[in-house]
Amino acid sequence: MEGIALSEQDKRARFEQAVLPHLDAAHNLARWLIRRREDAEDMVQESYMRAFSSFDGFRGSNGRAWILTIVRNTCYTWLQRGRLSEMSTEFDEETHSPETTANPEALLLGEANRELLAKALEELPLEFREALVLRELEGLSYKEIADVTGTPLGTVMSRLARARSMLERLLVVGTNKELLR
Amino acid sequence: MNCEEMRRLTHAFLDRELDLVRSMEIETHLESCAGCLLTFQKQQSLKSLVHSSSLYYRAPDSLEHRIRAGLREARDPSAKPEAGAVRTSHPRQTRWSRFPTWSAAAAAFAVMVLTIVFLAPRWFRPSRQNPLAEEVVSSHIRSLMPNHLTDVVSSDQHTVKPWFDGRLDFSPSVIDLAREGFPLAGGRLDYLGGRPVAALVYQRRKHLINVFTWPDSASSGDSGAPVRVAASQGYNVYHWTRLGMVYWAVSDLNTEELSDFVRLLRNAS
Repeated sequence: MEGIALSEQDKRARFEQAVLPHLDAAHNLARWLIRRREDAEDMVQESYMRAFSSFDGFRGSNGRAWILTIVRNTCYTWLQRGRLSEMSTEFDEETHSPETTANPEALLLGEANRELLAKALEELPLEFREALVLRELEGLSYKEIADVTGTPLGTVMSRLARARSMLERLLVVGTNKELLR
Repeated sequence: MNCEEMRRLTHAFLDRELDLVRSMEIETHLESCAGCLLTFQKQQSLKSLVHSSSLYYRAPDSLEHRIRAGLREARDPSAKPEAGAVRTSHPRQTRWSRFPTWSAAAAAFAVMVLTIVFLAPRWFRPSRQNPLAEEVVSSHIRSLMPNHLTDVVSSDQHTVKPWFDGRLDFSPSVIDLAREGFPLAGGRLDYLGGRPVAALVYQRRKHLINVFTWPDSASSGDSGAPVRVAASQGYNVYHWTRLGMVYWAVSDLNTEELSDFVRLLRNAS
């Protein structure tokens, strides 16, 4: 009994050392995928409990990529279960095409603020938002993004390209709305 | 480098994912092409805007407390914290109840493991005589946890077999039994009897079969027909050796079909 208790304690210590430091990353990803604070926190806790039960099988060295994969899958399951609409959100090129040809330079240099950008990022379809968050906010390499999302490298590249052009377009539209107010 | 290639590689260049030679080609192109340069600069400023806009959501301290508390409880399922303690560690239990499947699965798993560790040896003499059989069942149960079943997902033996190259010091035989109604689901590395082993996963309807295999250090002979070792926790376990390799098969599949399966597998190897 004692031996088991000890090794369990040891397991928890190793887990806390390998995976707990990536809590910010886990939370950031969940928050952007789920887009709601409380649900995102639940997803993170759920993911950590899942990770802990599977920790015996974790032999890799990249604890961050591992926990991000689990968070991502947990969030997708939740989204699929509760809100199918989220999974199939199409980016409406019509609504999002800028009415006026705003000068992107001016937009990008000054007028876009944090809220505008956050709103634009939130509006991106799930898989594009995910790619941008993992790349720009987590600083993951293409290879790591491919691993975490279970997508081929080529798809990661094209998603990032599309995500950025969508984001830019949303920012232009957003700025125009602000200016018209 | 032309503008078309440039467009294709802009993002990889921006993300520093290109090798030096390609990067230099792009730099040269940008020096001579105003159009591409404008596109690139736009992308670059968008990128730095994203970076400078504090879009990162750090985890609140309360979340870390919740998780640590959860881990402590997971560690010791027999501990019964006071009612107040439960409330602090799960402040939002109503939302948690949305995951009855997972909580139930986790609890069932804990119970199973505890049962196997503490009670199984008393119930099943064969298990006691052969501790490896217990390990086989534990590994099988563990493999059923989410994201745990396969490291390489493929029904193609020519994909699964090479995957093990360089990951093990032996090359397991991977046999396709799809036509016999046991399609291959994939493979993974596992650890049994103190050594890394190959685990092959087959499917029969909704039932999964784990086949563990590794070289037999003791003998190079054949054990004859597969032996049904123990039925533990509703799992059937078969064991045999063939051509110097040890085999263990475990599943919740009924005895008849599983014995068909091991016979087919043994005859094919």
